[in-house]
Amino acid sequence: MSKRSNDSITWGTFSEGLWRDNPVFVMLLGMCPVLAVTNSAINALAMGLATTFVLLASGALISLLRHSIPKQVRIATYIVIIATFVTIVDYAIQAISLDLYNALGAFIQLIVANCMILGRAEAYASRNRPLKSFTNALGMGAGFTLALLCLGVVREVLGAGSLFGIDLFGPRFEPWVVMILPAGGFIVLGAWLLLFEWLKQRKERLELEAAAETR
Amino acid sequence: MSKKPTIELRTSPHAHAGGDVVRIMRNVVYAMLPICAFTIWQFGLSALALLLVVTATCMASERLFNRLSSQPSSLGDWSAAITGILLALTLPPGFPLWMGAVAAFAAVALGKALFGGLGMNAMNPALIGRAFVQAAFPVAITTWTPAFFEGRFTSFVPTTLTPPFLQPPVIGDWVTSVTVDAFSGATPLALQKFEGVQMDAMDMLLGTTAGSAGETSALLILICGLYLAARRMLDWRIPVLVMLGAAVTAGIFFLIDPVKYPDPLFVFLSGGLMLGAWFMASDMVGSPVTPLGVVIYALMIGVLTVIIRLFGGLTEGVMYAILLGNAATPLIDQLTQPRVFGEQRVGK
Amino acid sequence: MSTPETEVMQQPATPAGPMIRTLMGIAMLSGFLVVLTYQLTKPIIEENQRRAIEAAVFQVIPDAVARKDFVVNETGVVAVTAENPAEGIPIYAGYDQEGQLKGIAAKAAAQGYADIIYLLYGYEPECQCIRGIKVLKLAETPGLGDKIITDANFVANFDALDASLNDAGSDLANDIVTVKHGTKQNPWEIDAISGATISAKAVGKALNLSAKALLPKLAPQVEKLKEDPPRQPPEQVEEQVN
Repeated sequence: MSKRSNDSITWGTFSEGLWRDNPVFVMLLGMCPVLAVTNSAINALAMGLATTFVLLASGALISLLRHSIPKQVRIATYIVIIATFVTIVDYAIQAISLDLYNALGAFIQLIVANCMILGRAEAYASRNRPLKSFTNALGMGAGFTLALLCLGVVREVLGAGSLFGIDLFGPRFEPWVVMILPAGGFIVLGAWLLLFEWLKQRKERLELEAAAETR
Repeated sequence: MSKKPTIELRTSPHAHAGGDVVRIMRNVVYAMLPICAFTIWQFGLSALALLLVVTATCMASERLFNRLSSQPSSLGDWSAAITGILLALTLPPGFPLWMGAVAAFAAVALGKALFGGLGMNAMNPALIGRAFVQAAFPVAITTWTPAFFEGRFTSFVPTTLTPPFLQPPVIGDWVTSVTVDAFSGATPLALQKFEGVQMDAMDMLLGTTAGSAGETSALLILICGLYLAARRMLDWRIPVLVMLGAAVTAGIFFLIDPVKYPDPLFVFLSGGLMLGAWFMASDMVGSPVTPLGVVIYALMIGVLTVIIRLFGGLTEGVMYAILLGNAATPLIDQLTQPRVFGEQRVGK
Repeated sequence: MSTPETEVMQQPATPAGPMIRTLMGIAMLSGFLVVLTYQLTKPIIEENQRRAIEAAVFQVIPDAVARKDFVVNETGVVAVTAENPAEGIPIYAGYDQEGQLKGIAAKAAAQGYADIIYLLYGYEPECQCIRGIKVLKLAETPGLGDKIITDANFVANFDALDASLNDAGSDLANDIVTVKHGTKQNPWEIDAISGATISAKAVGKALNLSAKALLPKLAPQVEKLKEDPPRQPPEQVEEQVN
């Protein structure tokens, strides 16, 4: 990746994080919030957006400063920058909604330890122009948010019979309590991984068949 | 798998005992039939429907996963049927049928197919299914119905026919309408734990108490288990040691404080200990193969069962104890490997 | 940067100066951003927290519209203000429109099925009883343990749960206990929820522990709470003026 001489921003710069290198479903990064806070769609969305913000801001800033950060202290610098934006998000969520803040708990502060963000800073933002890093971070953030939503929606619909707090099936619906419990996070994540892997393999098979036919 | 291996290694002449997977599995089914019959006699149509639905769903799921993984059908080895019957026997008799189907699917999908089918699974599939619905539907799985209620052969328990995805109705009124004496809907274990009432040992032995479909009669399970053991279809040491472990642990606590803790006989006869010890802990796939390993495994299950019952939030601990035992099996096997003849002891 | 980047195999040694300069620069920038956000959000967060506490206090003390914070410690009841943060068991006194003391809210906690259950309860000195509870933090099994919030029969226990003191004023006259569902006979008993016994018992235990620790100290001091009722919140003052 680092040897890429092409400096132009393409659709691939953005979509990399959405599909091919999706941080959750392909790279399996940042599992801690993925499993812990996706028990409802709103929590998942808030967590995804908060992480996206940190990813965008830190990515842009690190990319901007990439020539003036000495190699030896780069990790320390990245962490300080990421921690700054995490603190900002932390205050912002408290100001927006205390309920949401209580629901997300310690996982907001733990964004700082999300290896996806440091990984992006090290592997992408420190080597690319700010706008390109920003675009890539946007894609990664969107992919992360999407993945969290995938889990959050399934878990909330099955586990509480609602979506974004709106009751879907009426009062007689029997909620699948396990889905809101931690075990449900693992089961649903496993099911999504299964689906993604199956889709990927099917696509590869179809491409192979198509290639064989044209030959 | 019933497929014969393509390579057979035989140096010495071996006498074949004539046993294979299918024969053992079929005998396990035979051994469970009396328990099923007793359950149906005891709880009527609801228990019959639950047995049929759960077993059918297990077999259908097995077939589905066979097809998805392009494998030949493995229904013929009876293992899916056993999983289904065992699972149904661990559920409350009035368990909604749709939840039973969910449990059955979870048992086969999470407990078996994911690992690669019979013989590959790390844990007992029936218990995985039960653990799933225990966590998913905590209310329904602790709603008990009285045994031998009026009209059990002509009508269902109201909860049985709950439409899919809907909550089962509250059956408190129905329960009082069909029972003569006050039935609180509590199992012997719950009565003991929360109210300090100890049920009559004879009732528990014969199975006139509330409980899961197949766990109420300790005596019948014992007889069916002994049949299997006598035919060498299961390792008798496992159930015996499970119960020994449970009895010793319970005995110690009973001696410490006879008022607070139940006596060992009660621990023996109540809940799913009998069923779990004879039919689930002894499952060949999830238990160790070394002689010493079997002892450790079985004692561990017995001790854990009593500890979970006495100190956990739940009334029953057999399920989690066996699952933990299954999970520890690879480790136990590895630590208790017998020395190969002629091999030097490492590090000595 | 003045260092020529020709050497690939060997990392160019960066002198300490630029490193320190970078770190300091970043640290200052971070500090600036954090302080800026803190200053911007502080009033909103404080307002949110005040609202959250008030909503809880007003829920457990019927008719209360204003509150004042106190702590109970060895010296008695001490008012808590921004200038005087006193140490002790925190309590919230609730007052009605006329500044009459309606009740006192305090926190209680006990081990439930999954985790510790945190409660806020409202105590009314006049009837010497608990008039309401609110669960602050709960990790019980959804559908079972959270019946302590949703079950109407259970919540009805706290319409007037007796918490009167004995004659000496040193302890509760009767321990608050949770009893089996359907067997509540005395006003100091809590009727449990069938199927959620552990959570219901935890509520009883939490209230009993907290009431035992707090009420004997609080009872002789109740008059002090009535002395200086808080000013009405601004919007309500305006309403009265109009």
